[in-house]
Amino acid sequence: MVLCTLARRFVGPLGTIIIKCKDFRIIQLDIPGMEECLNIASSIEALSTLDSITLMYPFFYRPMFEVVEDGWHSFLPEQEFELYSSAISEWRLSYVNQEFAVCPSYPPAVTVPKAIDDDALRKVAAFRHGGRFPVLSYYHKKNGMVIMRSGQPLTGTNGRRCKEDEKLINATLRAGKRGYIIDTRPLNVAQQARAKGGGFEQEAHYPQWRRIHKSIERYHILQESLIKLVESCNDQTQNMDRWLSKLEASNWLTHIKEILTTACLAAQCLDREGASILIHGTEGTDSTLQVTSLAQIILEPRSRTIRGFEALIEREWLQAGHPFQQRCAQSAYCNSKQKWESPVFLLFLDCVWQILRQFPCSFEFNENFLIMLFEHAYASQFGTFLGNNESERCKLKLQQKTMSLWSWVNRPSELSKLTNPLFEANNLVIWPSVAPQSLQLWEGIFLRWNRSSKYLDEAYEEMVNIIEYNKQLQAKVNLLRRQLAELETEDGVQESP
Amino acid sequence: MEHIRTTKVEQVKLLDRFSTSNKSLTGTLYLTATHLLFIDAHQKETWILHHHIASVEKLALTTSGCPLVIQCKNFRTVHFIVPRERDCHDIYNSLLQLSKQAKYEDLYAFSYNPKQNDAERLQGWELIDLAEEYQRMGVPNSNWQLSDANRDYKICETYPRELYVPRIASKPIIVGSSKFRSKGRFPVLSYYHQSKEAAICRCSQPLSGFSARCLEDEHLLQAISKANPANRYMYVMDTRPRLNAMANRAAGKGYENEDNYSNIRFQFVGIENIHVMRSSLQKLLEVNGTKGLSVNDFYSGLESSGWLRHIKAVMDAAIFLAKAIAAESASVLVHCSDGWDRTSQVCSLGSLLLDPYYRTIRGFMVLIEKDWISFGHKFSERCGHLDGDPKEVSPVFTQFLECVWHLTEQFPQAFEFNEAFLLQIHEHIHSCQFGNFIGNCQKEREELKLKEKTYSLWPFLLDDQKKYLNPLYGSQSQKSAVLEPNTVSFNFKFWRNMFHQFDRTLHPRQSVFNIIMNMNEQNKQLETDIKDLESQIKQRKNKQTDGILSKELLNSVRPESPALKATLSLKEQTLLPVNDVLRTIEGSSPADNRYSEYADEFSKAEPAVVSLEYGVARMTC
Repeated sequence: MVLCTLARRFVGPLGTIIIKCKDFRIIQLDIPGMEECLNIASSIEALSTLDSITLMYPFFYRPMFEVVEDGWHSFLPEQEFELYSSAISEWRLSYVNQEFAVCPSYPPAVTVPKAIDDDALRKVAAFRHGGRFPVLSYYHKKNGMVIMRSGQPLTGTNGRRCKEDEKLINATLRAGKRGYIIDTRPLNVAQQARAKGGGFEQEAHYPQWRRIHKSIERYHILQESLIKLVESCNDQTQNMDRWLSKLEASNWLTHIKEILTTACLAAQCLDREGASILIHGTEGTDSTLQVTSLAQIILEPRSRTIRGFEALIEREWLQAGHPFQQRCAQSAYCNSKQKWESPVFLLFLDCVWQILRQFPCSFEFNENFLIMLFEHAYASQFGTFLGNNESERCKLKLQQKTMSLWSWVNRPSELSKLTNPLFEANNLVIWPSVAPQSLQLWEGIFLRWNRSSKYLDEAYEEMVNIIEYNKQLQAKVNLLRRQLAELETEDGVQESP
Repeated sequence: MEHIRTTKVEQVKLLDRFSTSNKSLTGTLYLTATHLLFIDAHQKETWILHHHIASVEKLALTTSGCPLVIQCKNFRTVHFIVPRERDCHDIYNSLLQLSKQAKYEDLYAFSYNPKQNDAERLQGWELIDLAEEYQRMGVPNSNWQLSDANRDYKICETYPRELYVPRIASKPIIVGSSKFRSKGRFPVLSYYHQSKEAAICRCSQPLSGFSARCLEDEHLLQAISKANPANRYMYVMDTRPRLNAMANRAAGKGYENEDNYSNIRFQFVGIENIHVMRSSLQKLLEVNGTKGLSVNDFYSGLESSGWLRHIKAVMDAAIFLAKAIAAESASVLVHCSDGWDRTSQVCSLGSLLLDPYYRTIRGFMVLIEKDWISFGHKFSERCGHLDGDPKEVSPVFTQFLECVWHLTEQFPQAFEFNEAFLLQIHEHIHSCQFGNFIGNCQKEREELKLKEKTYSLWPFLLDDQKKYLNPLYGSQSQKSAVLEPNTVSFNFKFWRNMFHQFDRTLHPRQSVFNIIMNMNEQNKQLETDIKDLESQIKQRKNKQTDGILSKELLNSVRPESPALKATLSLKEQTLLPVNDVLRTIEGSSPADNRYSEYADEFSKAEPAVVSLEYGVARMTC
């Protein structure tokens, strides 16, 4: 599963296997004996291209650790809804998708406006790409404004309308309030989508809403960007001009800037303009989720904690139907013709890393946590990222047959490696800078196998030591001070009679 | 003061450099003899030293007033709008005059008075003693001696009086060699590596033309290689690109012919000249000063400026030098054309890689004094202190600082000082507030009587040492080792904290570095607190057993240590500990965030497109 591509080479009796992994590592195995080498290579190849998901590692993995908390039940939609419920009088949890019949890529339970009944939802689903009717993604407690997400409306060339859709979207706005529909596609792309039955909301039919078009790239364009970037990072011999021009040509940081900018815009609409927003692109399973989840990182302190971030991944990526199985089938070393592979989730993690760098004390987790998520999204012994949506995961009986990543991560011994020693809860909205000078190449991911990080690791350890030492000293001072105070009172007692 | 016609202008607007919606602060602009001062409505002060001004530009009149753009040598750019054109014109003219002085005596250092007496001032100048430094390296010794040949600057005006040469090199050889070298800058010792017995020597190019030879020069080089018992060959590094060196031959200059010198290995390393470096920086500044810059324009601009390529070239040369000494115990002679720009870069950086002493605060000062100031790097010309030839200005020293910064990034525990130290030094090579960097060589500095009339920078930096300490300094593996940096291209990054040090919206809002620095300080305080408390407890226990009670003691233990109270405020410290408010990097707060400006933009009519650039959203209708 970790494997991306494999190459064989023979020089005399010595065979060489070069394994290129999904986490960008390249391993070379020198094996004496041509036959052995061929055997090993074909075994590896067979094992890395399994036909059935049920033959994959998670179905055979037996944990060597004690499960304290079953991660499959850590983030139930009902619990997540509970967190808001005190503040929500306008929203309800709907089980209209119980059997995955209304929308195959939605979970059984979704949050929708209270005023809209399940029948209406079914009609709206028929009007939205993939049945993805607008659902609640985030509720901003500060002013009650919300982020919703959906698939594109199926207006087609003749401008189809759907009364229930208009009613649903308008029902989310309080009287006199404005909303913004953020379409993650540029206007011309959205217009072209009409020819294929898709389209965008006509402002005339949604009078309280304004539409804003952004341009976040998708699919193979992102995949090509990743391939170019990794190729360039692996070339140790290129001169400065070539490196900079390849870094530029990969467009990776341009994508980062575009995604972050859109997320900032969404957050700004909510927090600064007091407006609700609806976000969608085409399917509403990729760039849409990048924007909704990053906006929450910016706005919501809870999503910057370990638990909250896990809940965010669960809610906004897994439950929301990001097709992990398809998107993460291959990574940077495989120029496959299938167009559904795309580093959408990696770009999201990279954006989080950029914000983390700009606000290094506001996150409970550290860079390793993000790297860990990247690795497990692409190849894992846990079932969490298998399948493309909840419906598929149910069919695979992952909860019964595999272990959840969260069961493993949320143990104290694991968490200690992933916790940010500098964390200090920050209840403010954090606005990142999206200037090119402020964005950086994520070295922990892209240069990880290409240079020694010994000195940087040592420095990090030293930093942790200083922080630990500080805690110890403070504890000791407090203890001594208490002792002294006790002695004082004893003295006082002795003195008074 | 005859240059100042207007000393105060009210209702001046200071524009945000990167804001796309023309966000501005309104305040009052004051013009003093030494500074331009802007005080905004919140009483925030922006001080700009006249000497820091690189260019002043008056743009075309707009409806709101007359724009005045000032670019500074410390990479600050300010954009004022002065309501009345007359005022703007007056200020513009005054700044033109004040920023370009004709005489050394008009520089700030000659009027700067930090309220020290003569003895203190002199003590400050004696803080760094180069004779002591050569002693530390282990010279003079049986192979190297102090030469008095240049005691009266008779052989070379741009060298210091005291020079170290091989013991076997006689005075006629030295004099002969000096006549064969540009500006008389013959080969002398720059750094001696005691355990390898190898030396870094420096000089200028030989006047070899196409075929000229000089026996004395050949003898001197032989003497240098003989002074190293560990290795019989030596390297001669010409830091120029081969083509440049060959072109110089037509002018009767050039490079050493390996056939004429016994036992030398000749090597070009290809660092470009001052003119290339100057225009490279200019291009870089044009790119990163663009409003609404895209990622692609940034990287293609970074590439076409060539800036990082030049930084890498300097670094590679220094690594070559350090390797020759550390791995082969071979002595190295370094030169370029005149031997005061690229040669200074390579010699000082090479020594820094080899010798951990130069990676301490004091050692770094010594290094700058030795390889830059005393060997005649032309600070006044390169920094444009006086109104002179703009073609002599070049960021050679800035590049050196940037190379050191790159090293601190790769070896976070190898340096006693931090980034703020490098930025502060950069600030002062241009400020002309202290005498150290005024003038172009030691002879000139003596004539200017700088030690009598001005102050030295170093004691002031040492007094403020706390601000410049690296809290992570001290891991044994990095502290004492020869540094072997990795110069694969991806290790070189744009130095945002240098080139955008005054553009605070571009920086992280929380600085890990400052938190750790403060925590380190706090730990020291806590340690003493613990000792204090322990002795008090001990005392009290003793007294209890003695049955004696002292009321005074009771009172003395009450006050709480201030250290604990300070814990919570840790995270709102400045990135760069300088007296400049604009450099402050604050935590994200509602009052000061990147989005404060577009609230009213949203209420404006119907937006069609929203664009967000530089953390600033803007509606285009």
